[in-house]
Amino acid sequence: MTDYNDAGAAGAIHTRPSKTNPYEDIRSRGFPILTRTDFSDVTFLLEVEHPAMARAAKPGQFVIIILDEHGERVPLTIADFDRDRGTVTLVVQAVGKSTRQMQATLHEGGTLYGIVGPMGVPSHVSGAKKVICVGGGLGVAPIYPQARAFKEAGAYVIGVVGFRNKDLVFWDDKFRAVCDEFIICTDDGSVGIKGLVTLGITQALQAHVDVDEVVVIGPPIMMKGCVETTRPYKVKTMVSLNPIMVDGTGMCGGCRVKVDDRIRFACVDGPDFDGHKVDFDDLMLRLKRYKAQERDALERYDENCRRTQLPHEAGGAH
Amino acid sequence: MARKTIRSIPQQRALMPVQEPEIRAKNFDEVALGFDVPNALLECERCLVCPQPACIEGCPVNIDIPGFITRMIKHDYQGAYDLLTDSTLLPAVCGRVCPQEDQCEGVCPVGAGGTLEPVAIGRLERWLGDRAIAEGWRKVSHIERQPFRVGIVGSGPAGMACAADLAKAGCKVTIFEALHEPGGVLRYGIPEFRLPNSVVDAEIGAIEALGVEIKCNTLVGRLFTIEQMLGEMGYDAVFIGTGAGSPRFMDLPGEGLNGVLSANELLTRCNLMRAGQFPAYDTPLGLGKRVAVIGAGNTAMDAMRVSLRLGAEEVHCIYRRTETECPARKEELHHAEEEGIEFHWLTNPVEILGDANGNVRTLRCVRMELGDPDASGRRSPVVVPGSEFDFEADTVVYAIGTSPNPILGQTSKLKLDKRGYIQCDDSLATSLAGVYAGGDIVTGAATVILAMGAGRKAAASIKRYLGIRDSGRVYAPEHAGLDGSIFGIDLAERNFTHVRLI
Repeated sequence: MTDYNDAGAAGAIHTRPSKTNPYEDIRSRGFPILTRTDFSDVTFLLEVEHPAMARAAKPGQFVIIILDEHGERVPLTIADFDRDRGTVTLVVQAVGKSTRQMQATLHEGGTLYGIVGPMGVPSHVSGAKKVICVGGGLGVAPIYPQARAFKEAGAYVIGVVGFRNKDLVFWDDKFRAVCDEFIICTDDGSVGIKGLVTLGITQALQAHVDVDEVVVIGPPIMMKGCVETTRPYKVKTMVSLNPIMVDGTGMCGGCRVKVDDRIRFACVDGPDFDGHKVDFDDLMLRLKRYKAQERDALERYDENCRRTQLPHEAGGAH
Repeated sequence: MARKTIRSIPQQRALMPVQEPEIRAKNFDEVALGFDVPNALLECERCLVCPQPACIEGCPVNIDIPGFITRMIKHDYQGAYDLLTDSTLLPAVCGRVCPQEDQCEGVCPVGAGGTLEPVAIGRLERWLGDRAIAEGWRKVSHIERQPFRVGIVGSGPAGMACAADLAKAGCKVTIFEALHEPGGVLRYGIPEFRLPNSVVDAEIGAIEALGVEIKCNTLVGRLFTIEQMLGEMGYDAVFIGTGAGSPRFMDLPGEGLNGVLSANELLTRCNLMRAGQFPAYDTPLGLGKRVAVIGAGNTAMDAMRVSLRLGAEEVHCIYRRTETECPARKEELHHAEEEGIEFHWLTNPVEILGDANGNVRTLRCVRMELGDPDASGRRSPVVVPGSEFDFEADTVVYAIGTSPNPILGQTSKLKLDKRGYIQCDDSLATSLAGVYAGGDIVTGAATVILAMGAGRKAAASIKRYLGIRDSGRVYAPEHAGLDGSIFGIDLAERNFTHVRLI
């Protein structure tokens, strides 16, 4: 078995002795948050204690978290896991009502009402000799364990990650440790190359004719761009899809996506699919289904926060 | 007392009040309000207490129906409840959601002539179940501890029934539930107006009182595998009751449009996530004004009646066969009709059309007619040529059945059948030793009571497998003759002490 030893999260503060049998006391709810790190005013990291999940998690899988009794079930790709510490790491972007509320209320030493997983079929870490691992937006964190897994399988790993600007960059040191080449792309060129990740992919594909596989995690529009970039090169491109989900166990069918003209459920058949066969327009259309409600909920939440002057809203951090 | 005859019993069923259709279609309160005491007793009088009761045979869990009715007549309600709960664990649930017309009530001789309605067994069961919850009755079971641990996957009716039987037999039972609330389909599927959450909570409380531990937020297969449960986690046996699985779609053009969803999703959003109370609860519902539900089973009825209560102006049922073939419980169909749901029999969708924003606008349908009977004996519907027509709808809900959930197949060596359900022998044993399965994951979508029946059957098999006595057979002194006794003491009493000879 592969041993993932490096510290799970940036800045391990207090370590708990890991239990010998992670299954002895599986929690039903109320999962301790061991660390929280803010990367920017919208992105933050949570390291949640769950020894059994840390042991079971594999790259490419996701979890569903619930903030409180009234909360919705929010799917998040696992950004990292540490079997020794017995933790899983999640990176959250506070963009909607639920995630904003998480940003305001989840702190180190607190608990998370619900987390279930790992869900989905783990990524197939193929015997590829040379791979490009691409992450953008929410996908930067979860592409990291994939890059690490490929590295451990002996592949030559080229990391390509995209950020808006220099200030938003995180985990570059972790990526450099597992990538043979590492390309940062920023919108304004404040660090790395100026441009989208597709530019980084093109550079890498031109420099290496023998790339076996490209793995992409990010917003659908970015994954679509990446898939179109690699298509002429006929390089196998795996993407991790993030449709709207409710239960995440294959029961509701809300996460259905069209792959190769067939209905597949991202939660149990995926989330990884062959990007060249995915109907991204269908995915992007279906992601808009609750746009109006999401906007209303966020506006109402912001208004509430302003009115009650919650202290945590001041800095957006703890 | 003279024996009751079909002529001497009350001819009409006792009155059970229901909410008026116009009022109930706008609230989530229960439709059927249940008997009061005089009416419950009146209904009991209608039971002939047959010497060879067909109803017991007709019940998937073999409840001693004349037995509990006799005790009710004697006003021994708690005694009746105790007898009832020898066989069923969830009387308040089953009294509400069982298809009694196909089971106990379907074979009741009172109704056999066709002129009278059968004894309202389901309503009596519900009355006892509700009374037990109200009075806080808990059946005291003498539990003789056994050194066995059993893990149960899924907290729905199959898992709960199996857990209860095994806990009564003395095993240490842990139920693993993937969702954040226990109850399975009772929680996410069956709506509040048919089965209030308070009833589900009470029944789950009864199971926990037996010492059963329920772990939510635990996805078996992915967090740990069935093989790990038997191995390093140290379970002596495992029961799998994970339910039916993924909703089916028809592969029609336009199924990706927004506004197309499965009944499972609609019901889960509404029941488990309480999307009806958005924004107080965070999960949105996204239901339109003109809802078309495809299918006419119980799930379809639930989806339609939920839609109506959540503010849909019109709700339509699209079904390719006729009312005769409609698989829903008669009472559900009747209630749905009363509430103003429009039924379009012999109609089948062929395409879903959208507007410029990718939302559902129109459902294109064809008319059907019944052709020759197929292999199953049902007359299969065939398309009437040239009958295509457009049907306006902004929400299309699929309630046409499910396919098996793939997770346990993906993560264990369990043998599946051709359709992808878990393969079991007659004792519900799977291909892995010590692993049993039952309910929808074995049979495909069925009913709560059949799942409970399977859970109990599997529990009996697990008891045999573990070599513990069948505590399901209740000790009844008056039935015990000298057979199976030692010195006149019934063996079932287990009133013997092991004596070690030195």
